[in-house]
Amino acid sequence: MILLNDARNIEDYLENGGFKALRRALEFEQDEIISEVESAGLVGRGGAAFPTGLKMKFVKNEKNTPKYIIANADEGEPGTFKDRGLMEKNPYQILEGMIISAYAVGAKKGFFYIRYEYREIAEKIKNKVKELHRLGILGNNIYGSKFSFDIEVVLGAGAYICGEATALMESIEGKRGYPRIKPPHSTQRGLWGKPTLTNNVETLANIPVIINMGGEKYHKLGKEGCSGPQLFSISGFVKRPGIYEYILGEKTIGEAIELAGGVDGNFKGVMLGGGASGYILNRDYLDMPLCFSDAKKRGVALGTGDIIVLNESVRIWDMLLNIAKFFEHESCGQCFPCRYGTRRMREIIEKIVNGKGTSEDIKKLNATARAMKIASLCPLGKSAMTAYESAMKNFHDELMEVIK
Amino acid sequence: MNIIINGEKIEAKQGKSILQVAREKGIDIPALCNLIDEKPIGSCGLCVVKIRKGSKTYYSRACTTKIDEGMEIETHSPEIEDTRKTILEMIAEEHKEIKGEAKELFLKYGIKLKGDNKKAMPKLAENPFISFNPEACISCFRCVQACSLIKENHVLVRENRGMNTQIVAGINEALKDAGCAFCGACVDACPTGALMDLTARVEKETKKITSICPYCGVGCAIDYYVSGEEIIYAKGSPNGVNKGDDCIKGRYGWQFVHSEERLKKPLIKKNGKFEEVTWDEALNYVASRLKEIKEKYGADSIAGLSSAKCTNEENYLFQKFMRIVVGTNNVDHCARLCHASTVVGLFKVFGSGAMTNSLEDLDKDAELYFVIGSNTTHAHPVIGTMIKRSVKGRGAKLIVADPRDIELAEYSDLHLRHRPGTDVSLINGMMNVIISHGLEDREFIENRTEGYEKLRDVVKKYTPEYVEKITSVPKEDIIKAAVLYATHKSAIIYAMGITQHTSGTANVASLANLALLTGNVGKRGTGVNPLRGQNNVQGAGDMGALPNVLPGYAKLGTRRAREIEKTWGGKIPEKEGLTVVEIMHAASKGMIKGMYIMGENPAVSDPDQKHVIQALKNLEFLVVQDLFMSETAQLADVILPAASSLEKEGTFTNTERRVQLLHRVLEPVGDAKPDWWIIQEIAKRMGADWNYKSPKDIFEEIRKVVPQYRGITYERIDKFGLQWPCPDENHESTKILHDDIFPTPNGLAKFSPYEYEPPAEEPDEEYPFVLTTGRTYEHFHTGTLTRKIEGFNELIPEAFVEIHTEDAEKLGVKDGDCIEVESRRGKIRVKAKIAGIKKGVVFIPFHFAESAANILTNDALDPEAKIPELKVAAVRLKKCQ
Repeated sequence: MILLNDARNIEDYLENGGFKALRRALEFEQDEIISEVESAGLVGRGGAAFPTGLKMKFVKNEKNTPKYIIANADEGEPGTFKDRGLMEKNPYQILEGMIISAYAVGAKKGFFYIRYEYREIAEKIKNKVKELHRLGILGNNIYGSKFSFDIEVVLGAGAYICGEATALMESIEGKRGYPRIKPPHSTQRGLWGKPTLTNNVETLANIPVIINMGGEKYHKLGKEGCSGPQLFSISGFVKRPGIYEYILGEKTIGEAIELAGGVDGNFKGVMLGGGASGYILNRDYLDMPLCFSDAKKRGVALGTGDIIVLNESVRIWDMLLNIAKFFEHESCGQCFPCRYGTRRMREIIEKIVNGKGTSEDIKKLNATARAMKIASLCPLGKSAMTAYESAMKNFHDELMEVIK
Repeated sequence: MNIIINGEKIEAKQGKSILQVAREKGIDIPALCNLIDEKPIGSCGLCVVKIRKGSKTYYSRACTTKIDEGMEIETHSPEIEDTRKTILEMIAEEHKEIKGEAKELFLKYGIKLKGDNKKAMPKLAENPFISFNPEACISCFRCVQACSLIKENHVLVRENRGMNTQIVAGINEALKDAGCAFCGACVDACPTGALMDLTARVEKETKKITSICPYCGVGCAIDYYVSGEEIIYAKGSPNGVNKGDDCIKGRYGWQFVHSEERLKKPLIKKNGKFEEVTWDEALNYVASRLKEIKEKYGADSIAGLSSAKCTNEENYLFQKFMRIVVGTNNVDHCARLCHASTVVGLFKVFGSGAMTNSLEDLDKDAELYFVIGSNTTHAHPVIGTMIKRSVKGRGAKLIVADPRDIELAEYSDLHLRHRPGTDVSLINGMMNVIISHGLEDREFIENRTEGYEKLRDVVKKYTPEYVEKITSVPKEDIIKAAVLYATHKSAIIYAMGITQHTSGTANVASLANLALLTGNVGKRGTGVNPLRGQNNVQGAGDMGALPNVLPGYAKLGTRRAREIEKTWGGKIPEKEGLTVVEIMHAASKGMIKGMYIMGENPAVSDPDQKHVIQALKNLEFLVVQDLFMSETAQLADVILPAASSLEKEGTFTNTERRVQLLHRVLEPVGDAKPDWWIIQEIAKRMGADWNYKSPKDIFEEIRKVVPQYRGITYERIDKFGLQWPCPDENHESTKILHDDIFPTPNGLAKFSPYEYEPPAEEPDEEYPFVLTTGRTYEHFHTGTLTRKIEGFNELIPEAFVEIHTEDAEKLGVKDGDCIEVESRRGKIRVKAKIAGIKKGVVFIPFHFAESAANILTNDALDPEAKIPELKVAAVRLKKCQ
């Protein structure tokens, strides 16, 4: 295992070569670190799969100072829980990755933003930050170098939208968690208008790995179009739900389910990717390798890497209603398409679940989906209908059966 | 920059949004949340367009997307129109009572409103002026943008999320409790009619008439919407100095004109009771009594109080009446109580006693505002907004000097809480620092001033350490203030906190010295800027309603005076008259026997109230001309009902010397008459051969007599006023005074240093607190107008005393408890209000006759300007028994 090692105590982490990467990185030029990350082919593990090295380069090249770095631990997608496991088991690797990234882009201050529901973890991370200060791994002149860096742990207030990087920044600034209008991108004008690097905590945990083994070697883990290890949250009707770590591209969806003990009951389908905003897939996808490029080829995405297994007891409309309720509850209300659209989506699906759906309702749902995609301000609204649209494709007959 | 919109090639300026460019080209893209083009919020999504750029095609909001070279934009493709329709349909499913701009959009897209859910009424609806309909509110946030970004008030905010998103005030409070300014910007911004003026209603025929606000000296143009003879609502006009801004008084303060309590018939006191009489009877009686007194005791036994609330024409006529019909220079007005020291102090240093700069250049170009003795957001709210906007919007610096934590202090870089009455010391201290740091403007001093050495010698001893002892301002702050002021393009803004002192003239002159020292005069965004309290206080002075000067500030007994005599066809007495406070003293001693008071309420406005009332009662004859039965009118023998400024024509001159034309909004109520008509009728009955047919006739005479007004005509100022001096009809008007030479004999400004003198009455063991007085935001002066308005009384029903929390604790007083405040002259009982104010200082607003602050105040006078020290009195406090 590369990411999900059990190193809850500093002793365990140091014993297994912890902070070796940091000491090494501090001897590198900033650009050298970034080019290692780039050649590793690491992409973000928070759902959007944006090339991490490129993002670092954007921030590094900004003239404006000070610069900030944010570790995004606002893990909010239903069905995604891998960041929690990682933070509980291997927190130092995230912190080490954060310090190295900060050094690479020239940030002197970092924020570790954790969702309110993980407040016990936040307490633990706070203590670890203090511990690293005592050990000289955080604070002034880290390991005797010229580099100084500090981390502040910030607890969210319970809003899904704050997982979106710019809403998260608003939240840190003490404002309402509303996504910002882009451009400017947060790599240019992020926290308090300054260049900011925002990475998911799992992404950060990969950084020490890359420094230790070198970008080229890391790149060879996996296959064409995806490199390195990734954590998968496997849940639903499966015998051994939990967090599993696989090298990208090595396993198919079907194999991953088998490794988690197999389906509990008769297989019906999976929900793949970003939780609520993920795709509802049928058995045709079981042979799809867990790899970004394969997913893209088939018009889906790995997102935050979760697989919710559905058995035959699951009615797809019920599931869609659950998702619709989630989005209605979590829409921040800033833009009309999402605010009104998520309300309408829930109302119509509820009507269908109650057996009163008509073809007029399907038309309305489709129109709503399109308007939300075209006119929503942030990814929440744009992706709220992904599940519905993919289900319509993969479970068309079942969905239309109840429509009058 | 070249772009293509709907197939048409368009050239447009970089930095503009697609929405701006499209609208300029007449392409109608719908938008409901859009309010400020430069700060789009991208909420409604209706303005979404399709963009092709290079190989990419995407959808984006027209309001938030800046144009870029080579963009191909489609604004009305089928899927975009479908999206708009879907968004509107979704809104329509939730709302049912949408009006206004949004309703038009629904009609256009053929969508019916179907919402029927009962939405909860947020607390903000509890207020006397603005109605809120939750069924119509689509949370487009235009009101929030107006409140925060346009007005910098930050009262309206968003609460909850998703479909529960709603607009609330503060933390879901009533508007008043959240600090609402009732400026109505939210009402004007609302596209759905969710927020409306409470008085507004739909009428078939509504006229819009623009006139000038009757309250403070900012002189905002207000659009009055009139149905029949009733104003139904009003708002700041975009075509005035206020550029669409207004405040609670401009927006709702007109309601007094419809008050039941308006005087509608002339009244004569017979056997101690007022009886309604005809105009003829009243006018004949006034004329004969004044004649009688003049014959019996001489002309100087009569005094007149003109009014800064009346027009230039009326003030001109009033002083002309006093001077050549009655034959005395005993004419003064309330400027004596507010800016007499400004006129004397600025005249001494600059050679002219008016605001040096204009609102427009202060707004755009001042890098720093030094606000001293002005609670700007309350007393001159539109200028207050301007300052807040400059500070927040373009990063202007702000220094506030005030013993109270006034609203502007919150926005300031530095707040100097100096002890009341120590201004000269503070300003001398700043000048000491500027000289010792070598920050003075040598070139300016050399070329444009005289007397610098004298100034340098005087301020030498005012080191930061010495000044800290006098003012209690930490020396670091004095140094910081001086350096900030000297190193920016700085504008001084002041009001009554500077002028109403025995050292008023010294305060004003010291500020002028400070500006000279750093060359902050005669340039955009700088200057010494007194904010005038009344709508026409500048004009009343310009018109010579003063005992020592004639119209245009011509001195008595000079060649100019003789020229005026020629125009008037009468002899002007050469002996200087008495000032307001001197008139009251003379009346109490029986030397003044008759008094003519036009639109003033000295029984409440003047210091040492007991003494003033005794003086008025001592008169043989008192005639009062007013809109209401004021406290002064109750003491009169004759009351003449006057038309309000909304019921007549004429001109007001605002604080920045801008002469502005009034347009009649309503007919006078009952038998009320314009003041100019009344003055003329009395004059005629006393033998004058006057025949002015309209205010315009009078203005034409003013143009002959007052050189500063010569180039101004009613035609030229019909739409927007001109700033004096305006010497001829081709002159553009003067925006900034002293840009070239000063109006002094040698063209140079004269440094006029003063030593610090303590106030006339300092706290001692017996009277340990300092009382200072002033305005509230909601009320105006003696409340004659604002206290006739129910909503204003609801917001501020009674007087209060602001007190520091520790002082209150020592007295055993809690917020809202009754406190007895006593000075050497009297005592009043008021409610305690724990507030941000300097320890040892208390503040009482002076609007409330029943607990009049002026029972307590001191009528000690500034030796040069004869302004009384309304801002400092020693008092003692105790909890009411």
